[in-house]
Amino acid sequence: MTQTEFLNIVMPFKNKVFRLAKRLLVSTEEAEDATQEVLLKLWNNKKNVQAYKNVEAFSMTMTKNFCLDKLKSKQAQNLKIAHSNYEDKNTALQKQVELNDSLSWVVKIIDDLPEQQKMIVQLRDIEGYDFDDIAEILDMNNTAVRVSLSRARKTIRETLTNTHNYGIK
Amino acid sequence: MVLNDIEKLLEKYENGETNLKEEQQLKTYFLKENVAPHLETYKPAFAYFSENKQERFTKKVLLNTKHPINFRWISVAAAVVLLFGFYMGKSFNNNDLGTIEDPEIAFNEISKTLEMISHQFNKGTSTVGYLNEVEHATSIIFKSN
Repeated sequence: MTQTEFLNIVMPFKNKVFRLAKRLLVSTEEAEDATQEVLLKLWNNKKNVQAYKNVEAFSMTMTKNFCLDKLKSKQAQNLKIAHSNYEDKNTALQKQVELNDSLSWVVKIIDDLPEQQKMIVQLRDIEGYDFDDIAEILDMNNTAVRVSLSRARKTIRETLTNTHNYGIK
Repeated sequence: MVLNDIEKLLEKYENGETNLKEEQQLKTYFLKENVAPHLETYKPAFAYFSENKQERFTKKVLLNTKHPINFRWISVAAAVVLLFGFYMGKSFNNNDLGTIEDPEIAFNEISKTLEMISHQFNKGTSTVGYLNEVEHATSIIFKSN
Protein backbone atom coordinates (compact mmCIF):
# COMPACT_ATOMS: atom_id res chain seq x y z
CA MET A 1 0.00 0.00 0.00
CA THR A 2 1.40 3.40 -0.89
CA GLN A 3 1.34 6.46 1.28
CA THR A 4 -1.39 8.12 -0.77
CA GLU A 5 -3.64 5.10 -0.63
CA PHE A 6 -3.16 4.93 3.10
CA LEU A 7 -3.92 8.62 3.52
CA ASN A 8 -7.07 8.21 1.44
CA ILE A 9 -8.30 5.58 3.83
CA VAL A 10 -7.30 7.47 6.94
CA MET A 11 -8.20 11.07 6.10
CA PRO A 12 -12.00 10.73 6.37
CA PHE A 13 -11.88 9.72 10.01
CA LYS A 14 -8.72 11.29 11.37
CA ASN A 15 -10.71 14.18 12.81
CA LYS A 16 -12.99 11.77 14.59
CA VAL A 17 -9.97 10.07 16.11
CA PHE A 18 -8.66 13.43 17.20
CA ARG A 19 -11.94 14.51 18.77
CA LEU A 20 -12.34 11.26 20.66
CA ALA A 21 -8.77 11.57 21.92
CA LYS A 22 -9.43 15.12 22.99
CA ARG A 23 -12.64 14.15 24.76
CA LEU A 24 -10.67 11.70 26.87
CA LEU A 25 -7.34 13.48 27.27
CA VAL A 26 -8.74 17.04 27.47
CA SER A 27 -5.65 18.87 26.21
CA THR A 28 -5.31 19.57 22.49
CA GLU A 29 -1.59 18.77 22.42
CA GLU A 30 -2.04 15.40 24.06
CA ALA A 31 -4.87 14.61 21.69
CA GLU A 32 -2.70 15.53 18.71
CA ASP A 33 0.06 13.26 19.94
CA ALA A 34 -2.41 10.45 20.48
CA THR A 35 -3.84 10.85 16.98
CA GLN A 36 -0.38 10.84 15.48
CA GLU A 37 0.47 7.73 17.46
CA VAL A 38 -2.67 5.90 16.36
CA LEU A 39 -2.14 6.77 12.70
CA LEU A 40 1.49 5.71 12.89
CA LYS A 41 0.50 2.38 14.39
CA LEU A 42 -1.97 1.88 11.58
CA TRP A 43 0.69 2.76 9.03
CA ASN A 44 3.18 0.34 10.51
CA ASN A 45 0.48 -2.29 10.34
CA LYS A 46 -0.55 -1.37 6.83
CA LYS A 47 -0.22 -4.93 5.56
CA ASN A 48 -3.11 -5.97 7.76
CA VAL A 49 -5.19 -2.84 7.38
CA GLN A 50 -6.83 -4.01 4.19
CA ALA A 51 -7.90 -7.22 5.89
CA TYR A 52 -9.93 -5.39 8.54
CA LYS A 53 -13.51 -5.08 7.48
CA ASN A 54 -14.02 -1.79 9.24
CA VAL A 55 -10.83 0.23 9.47
CA GLU A 56 -12.60 3.20 10.98
CA ALA A 57 -14.13 1.27 13.86
CA PHE A 58 -10.82 -0.47 14.40
CA SER A 59 -8.99 2.85 14.60
CA MET A 60 -11.54 4.25 17.01
CA THR A 61 -11.03 1.23 19.26
CA MET A 62 -7.28 1.75 19.05
CA THR A 63 -7.74 5.39 20.00
CA LYS A 64 -9.92 4.46 22.93
CA ASN A 65 -7.41 1.93 24.24
CA PHE A 66 -4.48 4.23 23.68
CA CYS A 67 -6.10 7.12 25.52
CA LEU A 68 -7.24 4.99 28.44
CA ASP A 69 -3.71 3.62 28.77
CA LYS A 70 -2.39 7.14 28.67
CA LEU A 71 -4.77 8.19 31.43
CA LYS A 72 -3.69 5.26 33.55
CA SER A 73 0.01 5.90 33.15
CA LYS A 74 1.92 7.95 35.65
CA GLN A 75 2.74 10.49 33.01
CA ALA A 76 -0.88 11.48 32.76
CA GLN A 77 -1.19 11.85 36.50
CA ASN A 78 1.68 14.28 36.53
CA LEU A 79 -0.02 16.38 33.90
CA LYS A 80 -3.32 16.54 35.71
CA ILE A 81 -2.53 19.70 37.63
CA ALA A 82 -1.63 21.57 34.48
CA HIS A 83 -4.81 20.49 32.77
CA SER A 84 -7.34 21.29 35.43
CA ASN A 85 -7.24 24.96 34.55
CA TYR A 86 -7.05 24.75 30.82
CA GLU A 87 -9.23 26.88 28.61
CA ASP A 88 -11.01 25.56 25.59
CA LYS A 89 -10.07 27.81 22.70
CA ASN A 90 -13.02 26.72 20.66
CA THR A 91 -15.67 27.95 23.01
CA ALA A 92 -13.79 31.23 23.18
CA LEU A 93 -14.12 31.51 19.41
CA GLN A 94 -17.81 31.03 19.80
CA LYS A 95 -18.27 34.45 21.36
CA GLN A 96 -20.61 35.61 18.68
CA VAL A 97 -23.02 33.05 19.99
CA GLU A 98 -24.80 34.24 23.07
CA LEU A 99 -24.56 30.79 24.57
CA ASN A 100 -20.82 31.08 25.21
CA ASP A 101 -21.11 30.55 28.92
CA SER A 102 -23.57 27.69 28.65
CA LEU A 103 -21.34 25.96 26.10
CA SER A 104 -18.42 25.86 28.48
CA TRP A 105 -20.84 24.47 31.02
CA VAL A 106 -21.59 21.62 28.65
CA VAL A 107 -17.85 20.98 28.29
CA LYS A 108 -17.50 20.82 32.05
CA ILE A 109 -20.48 18.54 32.46
CA ILE A 110 -19.23 16.11 29.84
CA ASP A 111 -15.78 16.18 31.43
CA ASP A 112 -17.29 15.10 34.71
CA LEU A 113 -19.01 12.08 33.18
CA PRO A 114 -17.43 8.66 33.61
CA GLU A 115 -15.04 7.79 30.79
CA GLN A 116 -17.35 5.31 29.13
CA GLN A 117 -20.27 7.73 29.00
CA LYS A 118 -17.95 10.42 27.72
CA MET A 119 -16.95 8.21 24.83
CA ILE A 120 -20.51 7.22 24.05
CA VAL A 121 -21.71 10.82 24.02
CA GLN A 122 -18.80 11.72 21.78
CA LEU A 123 -19.45 8.90 19.36
CA ARG A 124 -23.21 9.25 19.24
CA ASP A 125 -24.18 12.86 19.78
CA ILE A 126 -21.16 14.45 18.16
CA GLU A 127 -19.94 12.00 15.56
CA GLY A 128 -23.30 10.42 14.83
CA TYR A 129 -22.31 6.76 14.76
CA ASP A 130 -25.08 4.20 14.93
CA PHE A 131 -25.40 1.91 17.91
CA ASP A 132 -23.89 -1.14 16.23
CA ASP A 133 -20.73 0.76 15.38
CA ILE A 134 -20.42 2.17 18.87
CA ALA A 135 -20.93 -1.29 20.32
CA GLU A 136 -18.15 -2.58 18.07
CA ILE A 137 -15.76 0.25 18.86
CA LEU A 138 -16.22 0.06 22.60
CA ASP A 139 -16.58 -3.70 22.71
CA MET A 140 -19.92 -3.56 24.51
CA ASN A 141 -23.35 -4.83 23.61
CA ASN A 142 -26.03 -2.73 22.03
CA THR A 143 -28.29 -2.43 25.07
CA ALA A 144 -25.45 -1.44 27.37
CA VAL A 145 -24.57 1.36 24.98
CA ARG A 146 -28.15 2.61 25.00
CA VAL A 147 -28.39 2.51 28.77
CA SER A 148 -25.13 4.42 29.26
CA LEU A 149 -26.11 6.93 26.62
CA SER A 150 -29.46 7.49 28.26
CA ARG A 151 -27.77 8.02 31.63
CA ALA A 152 -25.28 10.45 30.16
CA ARG A 153 -27.98 12.44 28.38
CA LYS A 154 -30.07 12.65 31.52
CA THR A 155 -27.10 13.79 33.58
CA ILE A 156 -26.28 16.46 31.04
CA ARG A 157 -29.85 17.70 30.95
CA GLU A 158 -30.30 17.68 34.73
CA THR A 159 -27.04 19.48 35.42
CA LEU A 160 -27.80 22.01 32.72
CA THR A 161 -31.26 22.64 34.16
CA ASN A 162 -29.78 23.07 37.63
CA THR A 163 -27.22 25.59 36.51
CA HIS A 164 -29.73 27.32 34.30
CA ASN A 165 -32.18 27.80 37.15
CA TYR A 166 -29.58 28.45 39.80
CA GLY A 167 -30.71 31.31 41.97
CA ILE A 168 -33.98 31.67 40.10
CA LYS A 169 -36.02 28.79 41.38
CA MET B 1 -42.16 21.19 13.54
CA VAL B 2 -44.91 20.91 16.13
CA LEU B 3 -43.76 21.38 19.70
CA ASN B 4 -45.51 18.22 20.73
CA ASP B 5 -43.36 16.16 18.42
CA ILE B 6 -40.21 17.73 19.78
CA GLU B 7 -41.23 16.94 23.32
CA LYS B 8 -41.94 13.35 22.41
CA LEU B 9 -38.65 13.08 20.58
CA LEU B 10 -36.82 14.54 23.55
CA GLU B 11 -38.24 11.91 25.82
CA LYS B 12 -37.19 9.20 23.43
CA TYR B 13 -33.83 10.90 23.11
CA GLU B 14 -33.22 10.80 26.83
CA ASN B 15 -34.03 7.12 26.91
CA GLY B 16 -31.54 6.48 24.15
CA GLU B 17 -34.22 5.26 21.78
CA THR B 18 -34.02 7.80 18.99
CA ASN B 19 -32.43 6.91 15.69
CA LEU B 20 -29.91 9.10 13.93
CA LYS B 21 -32.51 10.79 11.76
CA GLU B 22 -34.65 11.81 14.73
CA GLU B 23 -31.60 13.12 16.51
CA GLN B 24 -30.80 15.20 13.47
CA GLN B 25 -34.31 16.68 13.66
CA LEU B 26 -33.72 17.62 17.27
CA LYS B 27 -30.38 19.17 16.40
CA THR B 28 -31.83 21.34 13.65
CA TYR B 29 -34.66 22.41 15.93
CA PHE B 30 -32.38 23.45 18.75
CA LEU B 31 -29.95 25.26 16.49
CA LYS B 32 -32.73 27.59 15.39
CA GLU B 33 -33.27 30.92 17.09
CA ASN B 34 -36.77 30.43 18.43
CA VAL B 35 -36.77 27.60 20.91
CA ALA B 36 -39.68 27.17 23.28
CA PRO B 37 -38.73 28.79 26.62
CA HIS B 38 -39.19 25.64 28.70
CA LEU B 39 -36.82 23.76 26.39
CA GLU B 40 -34.09 26.43 26.49
CA THR B 41 -31.89 24.27 28.72
CA TYR B 42 -31.30 21.77 25.94
CA LYS B 43 -30.00 24.41 23.62
CA PRO B 44 -26.39 24.66 24.81
CA ALA B 45 -25.97 20.89 24.70
CA PHE B 46 -26.98 20.64 21.05
CA ALA B 47 -25.07 23.78 20.18
CA TYR B 48 -21.97 22.27 21.72
CA PHE B 49 -22.43 18.97 19.90
CA SER B 50 -22.53 20.57 16.50
CA GLU B 51 -19.78 23.01 17.34
CA ASN B 52 -17.45 20.31 18.58
CA LYS B 53 -17.85 18.47 15.34
CA GLN B 54 -16.10 21.35 13.58
CA GLU B 55 -12.88 20.74 15.42
CA ARG B 56 -10.13 19.54 13.10
CA PHE B 57 -6.86 17.72 13.44
CA THR B 58 -4.52 20.30 11.96
CA LYS B 59 -1.15 18.71 12.54
CA LYS B 60 0.54 17.12 9.56
CA VAL B 61 0.43 13.37 9.54
CA LEU B 62 3.98 12.09 9.68
CA LEU B 63 4.53 8.64 8.30
CA ASN B 64 7.85 6.95 8.68
CA THR B 65 8.77 5.54 5.30
CA LYS B 66 12.41 4.74 6.15
CA HIS B 67 13.15 1.05 5.80
CA PRO B 68 14.57 -0.61 8.86
CA ILE B 69 18.23 -1.71 8.55
CA ASN B 70 18.57 -5.32 7.51
CA PHE B 71 20.86 -6.90 10.08
CA ARG B 72 21.22 -10.18 8.23
CA TRP B 73 23.29 -8.65 5.45
CA ILE B 74 25.32 -6.63 7.91
CA SER B 75 26.29 -9.82 9.75
CA VAL B 76 27.29 -11.49 6.48
CA ALA B 77 29.52 -8.53 5.63
CA ALA B 78 31.06 -8.60 9.10
CA ALA B 79 31.86 -12.32 8.77
CA VAL B 80 33.56 -11.75 5.41
CA VAL B 81 35.67 -8.92 6.81
CA LEU B 82 36.67 -11.04 9.80
CA LEU B 83 37.75 -14.02 7.67
CA PHE B 84 39.70 -11.78 5.34
CA GLY B 85 41.41 -10.23 8.36
CA PHE B 86 42.53 -13.64 9.65
CA TYR B 87 43.85 -14.59 6.24
CA MET B 88 45.85 -11.39 5.83
CA GLY B 89 47.17 -11.54 9.40
CA LYS B 90 48.56 -15.03 8.88
CA SER B 91 50.43 -14.17 5.69
CA PHE B 92 52.08 -11.07 7.19
CA ASN B 93 53.02 -12.61 10.51
CA ASN B 94 56.63 -13.69 9.65
CA ASN B 95 58.89 -14.10 12.71
CA ASP B 96 61.83 -15.92 11.06
CA LEU B 97 64.99 -13.79 11.61
CA GLY B 98 67.52 -16.42 10.46
CA THR B 99 70.16 -18.44 12.44
CA ILE B 100 73.94 -18.17 12.56
CA GLU B 101 75.67 -21.42 11.58
CA ASP B 102 79.32 -20.70 12.69
CA PRO B 103 79.70 -21.05 16.56
CA GLU B 104 82.51 -18.45 16.73
CA ILE B 105 80.55 -15.75 15.02
CA ALA B 106 77.55 -16.69 17.11
CA PHE B 107 79.65 -16.32 20.31
CA ASN B 108 80.93 -12.92 19.23
CA GLU B 109 77.44 -11.78 18.40
CA ILE B 110 76.00 -12.92 21.72
CA SER B 111 78.81 -11.41 23.81
CA LYS B 112 78.41 -8.11 21.92
CA THR B 113 74.73 -8.11 22.69
CA LEU B 114 75.17 -9.05 26.35
CA GLU B 115 77.86 -6.36 26.74
CA MET B 116 75.47 -3.80 25.41
CA ILE B 117 72.80 -4.98 27.81
CA SER B 118 75.11 -4.82 30.86
CA HIS B 119 76.35 -1.39 29.84
CA GLN B 120 72.83 -0.07 29.66
CA PHE B 121 72.00 -1.80 32.89
CA ASN B 122 74.92 -0.18 34.76
CA LYS B 123 73.90 3.17 33.40
CA GLY B 124 70.59 2.57 35.08
CA THR B 125 72.01 1.48 38.45
CA SER B 126 74.44 4.43 38.72
CA THR B 127 71.49 6.78 39.17
CA VAL B 128 70.28 4.66 42.06
CA GLY B 129 73.37 5.89 44.00
CA TYR B 130 71.25 8.64 45.49
CA LEU B 131 69.51 6.06 47.57
CA ASN B 132 72.69 5.63 49.61
CA GLU B 133 72.27 9.22 50.76
CA VAL B 134 68.87 8.37 52.11
CA GLU B 135 70.22 5.41 54.00
CA HIS B 136 72.99 7.54 55.43
CA ALA B 137 70.52 10.14 56.64
CA THR B 138 68.14 7.63 58.21
CA SER B 139 71.01 5.89 60.02
CA ILE B 140 71.94 9.20 61.68
CA ILE B 141 68.35 9.70 62.85
CA PHE B 142 67.99 6.21 64.22
CA LYS B 143 71.31 6.50 66.07
CA SER B 144 70.26 9.72 67.77
CA ASN B 145 67.15 8.05 69.05
